[in-house]
Amino acid sequence: MNMRSRNLEVKIGNLALANPIMPASGAFGVEMNQAMDFNRLGALVPKSITKYPRGGNPTPRVCEVTSGMINSIGIQSKGIDYYIKEAIPEYAQYPVPLISSISGDTVEEFVEMCQIIGNHPDVDAIELNISCPNLEHDGKAFGMDPDISYDLIKRAKQVTDVPLIAKLTPNVRSIQEIAIACENAGADALTVANTFLAMAIDIHTMKPKIGNIMGGISGPAVKPMIVRMIYQVYQSVDIPIIGCGGVMNPEDAIEMMVAGATAVQVGTASFINPNSMIEIIEGIEAYMIDKEIDDINELIGRFHADGTPNLCV
Amino acid sequence: MQSNKLSILEHRQVSVRYWHMVVSAQGLTEQIRPGQFFNILCGNRALPFLRRPFSIYRINREEETIEFLYLVQGAGTREMTNMKVGESIDLLGPFGIGFTLDEQWETVLLLARGVGIATLAALAQEAVAQGKQCIAILSARSRNDLLAADTLQGLGVDVLKVTEEDGNSDVTQVEELIMDILDKRKIDAGFTCGSKRLSRLMQKVSINNGFPAQVALEEHMACAMGACFACVCDIREGDAIKSVRICTEGPVFDLSKVVMA
Ligand SMILES: Cc1cc2nc3c(=O)[nH]c(=O)nc-3n(C[C@H](O)[C@H](O)[C@H](O)COP(=O)(O)OP(=O)(O)OC[C@H]3O[C@@H](n4cnc5c(N)ncnc54)[C@H](O)[C@@H]3O)c2cc1C
Ligand SMILES: Cc1cc2nc3c(=O)[nH]c(=O)nc-3n(C[C@H](O)[C@H](O)[C@H](O)COP(=O)(O)O)c2cc1C
Repeated sequence: MNMRSRNLEVKIGNLALANPIMPASGAFGVEMNQAMDFNRLGALVPKSITKYPRGGNPTPRVCEVTSGMINSIGIQSKGIDYYIKEAIPEYAQYPVPLISSISGDTVEEFVEMCQIIGNHPDVDAIELNISCPNLEHDGKAFGMDPDISYDLIKRAKQVTDVPLIAKLTPNVRSIQEIAIACENAGADALTVANTFLAMAIDIHTMKPKIGNIMGGISGPAVKPMIVRMIYQVYQSVDIPIIGCGGVMNPEDAIEMMVAGATAVQVGTASFINPNSMIEIIEGIEAYMIDKEIDDINELIGRFHADGTPNLCV
Repeated sequence: MQSNKLSILEHRQVSVRYWHMVVSAQGLTEQIRPGQFFNILCGNRALPFLRRPFSIYRINREEETIEFLYLVQGAGTREMTNMKVGESIDLLGPFGIGFTLDEQWETVLLLARGVGIATLAALAQEAVAQGKQCIAILSARSRNDLLAADTLQGLGVDVLKVTEEDGNSDVTQVEELIMDILDKRKIDAGFTCGSKRLSRLMQKVSINNGFPAQVALEEHMACAMGACFACVCDIREGDAIKSVRICTEGPVFDLSKVVMA
């Protein structure tokens, strides 16, 4: 066997990750340390927090669909004070970068939270969940509007030095347009993407299967659309992309990297196999050995095709 | 919590809608409490996609086995019926906080409906083992669905059956039944599972008659280990109402604190 050491380290802005695999926000919590070794992850990404405590949406908050699930949790959060006092110290025990995910009701709230969290010594980066509703614009997500996304990130950049990752919503006409706006505003990386707006109905009761009627779909059902979006965003910007949506195994993660992702988040897969992320890291290493790839960075954006796609598919 | 691949020792249909499974659980049974549950992988595919939560129906510490009693409802439980003796089953758990049995209690009243019977059966077994008197009102759609009745009777539990089939399962009828029991015997604690209406009834009766009661709640779950915040319910704490996770802070709660929707 070839014993050469292989490099799995990737960089998100100035932040080095030991490997590209990290949890997707909302599908990870301290409770999961019973099922996997956090020390082996590329980064830790807790559930999005809000400035003030928030209760969340009515139940049922999740439902199963073919190859995936729909959720509408509603960012249930204990607020930023609790997060700083209780959650950060828990995650800080691990020698792995902590990426705090934040959600705000207004641009102002995002900026205030960045100022507080982004200057905390134990926080290594911030993921801005700009897929959440903007209360100043009829609840339309911040990330649906390039100007608002630009404004939000530009202002957040001024109050913190940690890398800022914008988590994009896929529920847009052109994800490239939003990606470019975020890059121009100074975003250090982009997570592609949050959940797709979805719905399911129980045909026996005629009621929605989710208490909130609509929710976001995640899981393998969305992966091909995410791969397409990573490819499109990779063509449009120069900042690193974190792929997210439907990764269940090492092959899925590698596919996203080949499409252009520098790192990959895993959410729903952990609900079925709480050790998935560790198995994905091991599978990526095995793939690298098999393909004689010394540095994982060689994989990023390795995708090539003859010609460009006809937009009329 | 741990990830377990356990071997299936017995698996058979016990009535039109219910199946019973016995799995080998060496080294596990000591830590399991009645009211706790496992999150079971029913099939590794597009549908059923998520795991399904099931309470432990019976903990057999001598043989080191655990048992499940489940209702065939949809894709997940249908898939489960195809699992064969000798194959292994993938379970995560045990999860959650189980029932509490106070040493002082001499007589306990169980009120279970449908699949809730499976959840309370493990508790009845434990209560009897501790020398307590146990009265169980079992409610179901049909007599055929009252499967654990014989098993519980065999343990020495006083079983009272009510069904739609017999036309004696209305909440008001069940209330009369409970009042009857309370006239004759001193109940030290109540336990309920499987029906919102019966839980509301137990809440009212236990508060009015001054005995404590516990409920095991059900809600749709994803991770079942506290990370995703899918399975929440409201709990009254003093004047405040708190949203808590059924999988982690429950599934068993002090019934007087539960805000019944
Ligand atoms: C803590 C707990 C303990 C349980 N113990 C038992 C038991 O001992 N025996 C038993 O027969 N059933 C029990 N249930 C209910 C059991 O989980 C559901 O009947 C089962 O998930 C149905 O799956 P399905 O695919 O057959 O049905 P479907 O209706 O096709 O399921 C679709 C989706 O809804 C979810 N779902 C449907 N009904 C329920 C429910 N009542 N509770 C939670 N999720 C649900 C499923 O998990 C699945 O994700 C318990 C539930 C909980 C939360
Ligand atoms: C139960 C649940 C809760 C989620 N909560 C959040 C959240 O708080 N913030 C966020 O940015 N994304 C949240 N997401 C979206 C995930 O981070 C991720 O973008 C999405 O699930 C797609 O990845 P997956 O298919 O690997 O799960 C949540 C997803 C699920 C399933």
